[in-house]
Amino acid sequence: MSVFYTATDHFVLLPALLLALFGCATLLFDFWVFPDPKQRRWLLMFLVLGELFAAVAYWRQFDFLSSHGGELTAFNGALVVDHYSLFFHSIFLVTTLIVGLMSYRYMEVRDEHHGEYYGLLMLAQTGMFFLASGYELVTIFIGLETMAVTFYVLVGFLRSDKRSNEAALKYLLLGGLSSGFLAYGFSLLYGLAGSTKLVDIGRMAASRDANDPILLMALGTTAVGLLFKISAAPFHMWAPDAYEGAPTAITAFLAVGSKAASFALLLRLMVGPLGAARVAWEPILVAAAVLSIIIGNLAAVTQTNTKRLLAYSGINHAGYILLGIVAGNPTGIKGVLIYLLVYTFMTLGAFAVLIALTRKGLAGEDINDLNGLMKKAPGYGIAMLIFLVSLAGIPPTGGFFGKYYIFLSLIETGHYSLAVFAALFVAVSVYYYFRLIRAVFVDTEEQETPALSTSFGLKVGLGITGVMTLVLGMYPEPFLRLAQLSISR
Amino acid sequence: MQEHLLSIILFTPLVGVLVLMFLPRSQKTLVRLWANISAAAGLLVSIPLIVNFNRNADGMQFVERMEWIPSLGVQYLIGVDGISVLMVMLTTIMGFLAIFSSWDAVKDREKEYYAMFLIQQTGMIGVFISMDFLLFYVFWEMVLVPMYFIIGVWGGPRKLYAAIKFFLYTLAGGVMMLLGILTLYFVHFGQTGRYTFEIAELMKLNMPLGLQQWVFWAFFLGFAVKVPMFPFHTWLPDAHTEAPTAGSVILAAVLLKMGTYGFLRFSLPLLPKASSDHTIVTVLATLSIIGILYGAFVSLMQKDWKKLVAYSSVSHLGFCTLGIFALNQAGIAGSVIQQINHGISTGMLFLVVGVIYERRHTREISEYGGLAHVMPNYAIVFAIAMLSSAGLPLLNGFVGEFTILQGAFDANKTWAAFAVLGVIFGAAYLLWLYQRTMLGEVTNEKNKGLPDLNWREWAVFLPLIIWAISIGVYPKPYFDILEKPVAQIVHRVHQTANTEAAIR
Repeated sequence: MSVFYTATDHFVLLPALLLALFGCATLLFDFWVFPDPKQRRWLLMFLVLGELFAAVAYWRQFDFLSSHGGELTAFNGALVVDHYSLFFHSIFLVTTLIVGLMSYRYMEVRDEHHGEYYGLLMLAQTGMFFLASGYELVTIFIGLETMAVTFYVLVGFLRSDKRSNEAALKYLLLGGLSSGFLAYGFSLLYGLAGSTKLVDIGRMAASRDANDPILLMALGTTAVGLLFKISAAPFHMWAPDAYEGAPTAITAFLAVGSKAASFALLLRLMVGPLGAARVAWEPILVAAAVLSIIIGNLAAVTQTNTKRLLAYSGINHAGYILLGIVAGNPTGIKGVLIYLLVYTFMTLGAFAVLIALTRKGLAGEDINDLNGLMKKAPGYGIAMLIFLVSLAGIPPTGGFFGKYYIFLSLIETGHYSLAVFAALFVAVSVYYYFRLIRAVFVDTEEQETPALSTSFGLKVGLGITGVMTLVLGMYPEPFLRLAQLSISR
Repeated sequence: MQEHLLSIILFTPLVGVLVLMFLPRSQKTLVRLWANISAAAGLLVSIPLIVNFNRNADGMQFVERMEWIPSLGVQYLIGVDGISVLMVMLTTIMGFLAIFSSWDAVKDREKEYYAMFLIQQTGMIGVFISMDFLLFYVFWEMVLVPMYFIIGVWGGPRKLYAAIKFFLYTLAGGVMMLLGILTLYFVHFGQTGRYTFEIAELMKLNMPLGLQQWVFWAFFLGFAVKVPMFPFHTWLPDAHTEAPTAGSVILAAVLLKMGTYGFLRFSLPLLPKASSDHTIVTVLATLSIIGILYGAFVSLMQKDWKKLVAYSSVSHLGFCTLGIFALNQAGIAGSVIQQINHGISTGMLFLVVGVIYERRHTREISEYGGLAHVMPNYAIVFAIAMLSSAGLPLLNGFVGEFTILQGAFDANKTWAAFAVLGVIFGAAYLLWLYQRTMLGEVTNEKNKGLPDLNWREWAVFLPLIIWAISIGVYPKPYFDILEKPVAQIVHRVHQTANTEAAIR
């Protein structure tokens, strides 16, 4: 208590500081240095540079943890850096970078290329930082809101597009509601523990009867707030609309970054401090997982808009990842981490292809817009094939190992019926993913359309995601080690 | 060279694909030529395998072992025994012939077409040589995607329906099998404290009957859909009818054998108690017999030439599974030989349909009649294919069916009695088909002046005919090569069954 801001505090907080700094700098430079819209692509360099600096800071933290072991806490235990949070920080970093890279051409095509866009991306990432590293309720909540508010703005970024505005408003209203739930849950937890620190809450949960109604209520409301953020059913209603209306790059960011960050928190809360109250939260998560898999899969079958379809597929994936938390043993937690890693690459990649399909005067969001892609641009066609096969969970792509780990953990913990249920719905999901594959490979274009809107950044993003999706499927060993390291204390 | 022979066989087609990807799309002849060269190379590198295979040795040969995913205990572990060797040879030979037969038939998107076939080759060979269960599963699923495209892109009018149906059925069965695999994996961990998918290790497990039964049914769903056994066969007629000729050939000749191979390699040795359990054997044998008879009856009813051949597959594969669950030397050895035979004769029958379809673009049996007058050579080839499928002595089909029936008779006389009916009906629908299409007067004007077989078609049929006759006349090498591995399976199943009985 004697020192307000120690060297450790600084060391732990540095990446977030850098991101916020570069984010704000981007906002300013947009006005002062690059008033000409054509020069705005240079602002992407700010993002790349900021991520680079953040990466160095993360690397030093990783180095420190490797040599000293354990974890680093800062601000009297409000922030913590361990391998677990670093795993998520790297996911956020890669996600933000790739989203930035694949954005500029899209925003130019949609005539909404503004400098603050890149700043907001970095600010959202700053919020995610606190979700993965926060170890105190208020810190976590502020991080969550930082992320959420930037996303409200980003979803509505296409100012002249009605759907984008509608999506932002819907997301804002429902997001506000869920934040309210979460705040309510947090306040109950605080009331029970007499402290906002997760350490104390853990102690409280361990000492209390798990069937205590107040604890149940605290858990329930907290879970609802977080289930909303990961777009798990029955709190998924915002997702299809927000995904459809948002700029495609932001849809990808929302689908991957926001979801991964919320999972980082959910997993940390449920398995860590609230692990003692497992009997209370397990039924909630099981119900949400089962509903997500059913609703996500069945609703996806009838979609005609690719972004909506991917939204429902995202709901379905959230269900599978939740099952990993339900299993809750080391295998299950590793499964959640691996699944999220694979999900990051395959989802970003699939959206990158959709971005390339968005051309002047052509939204490219209908499934039919994928028709004949293989003939038109074989590289994009094959990339899309890899992502879709991976989303469906078929080897030799990364998606298989994500699902594999979930099944593994379910069987290990004796959840046989859940395993059978989850396995059967894989077959359902194949149906709609292969509808997209069919459009790409079998169907033909009805009329000539302009060339795809590609850019260097987009190709880099596609390359990274495509290669990573395959590498995770063919040689997952290094990543499994990383996941193992992340869960070891 | 020797020690990496299997890897070379496995990856030769993939190397072909890598080169193929860089060939210009417009150079169609070059693309075709390269695909044929790759497939021929795949066949050539597999010849040393059968030459150097030691049929008197126990266990696996040409074993290669490498760590793949140590954290999960998954290895790149490949090897062959007598059963696998035959399956690999079947794959490389039929794969080459299928690609060769497509030279004139496919005129659209050749590059992707051949790439899919070659990728599929690697997948199928991988299935037959994997000695690590997860590696096996990866190849098993990998095969689905190329076949989806082969049916879905180059197929007939209802190709998309057929393709997705094929995919969904097999995938749903496959994931259930995966759950079974994972259960074994954990039981093994529980007993030894070591994570592994190695089949030889998993065989050492001592599992109670109840658990074995659960795992057996999980495997059953995976394999039975693939075979396909009644009542999981409904995808097969659709897939066969809609697939392009070469796709049907590979589907019938090799892909279906993955299911029967799965029973032999995994269900029986890993779950001996469940596999010899009275209820399970009765159910499986009954389903096989229903498949035999049902397939034959439905074949009798068909108006579509290709669909008839497809349903005849259901009937013939019924013999194969019946042989397996006779659980004796004759039954299992006969089953493997019949799998090869079915590959040859049904492969030929599909090629026969393909030849006429290319000329007339219809498969309605009623459109034809008296073709023997117009295309005499064709009629001869068809006759041989048909008789080999019907099981005429001195042709290959007889050897397999006879041995299976012998095994079935040993196991249970009632089974044999019913299965013999299948042989009779099999002869009936095939002969009737031949009569309706080939014999009599030329009834349809359009059929007059159809050209007879060209040299390329002869080149496809001739090796198959020679192969069929050679098995029919001198099947001893096949029985020799199968003796050891089959004896091992039989011993394993009966040994555990006997100890069980002794304990009781």
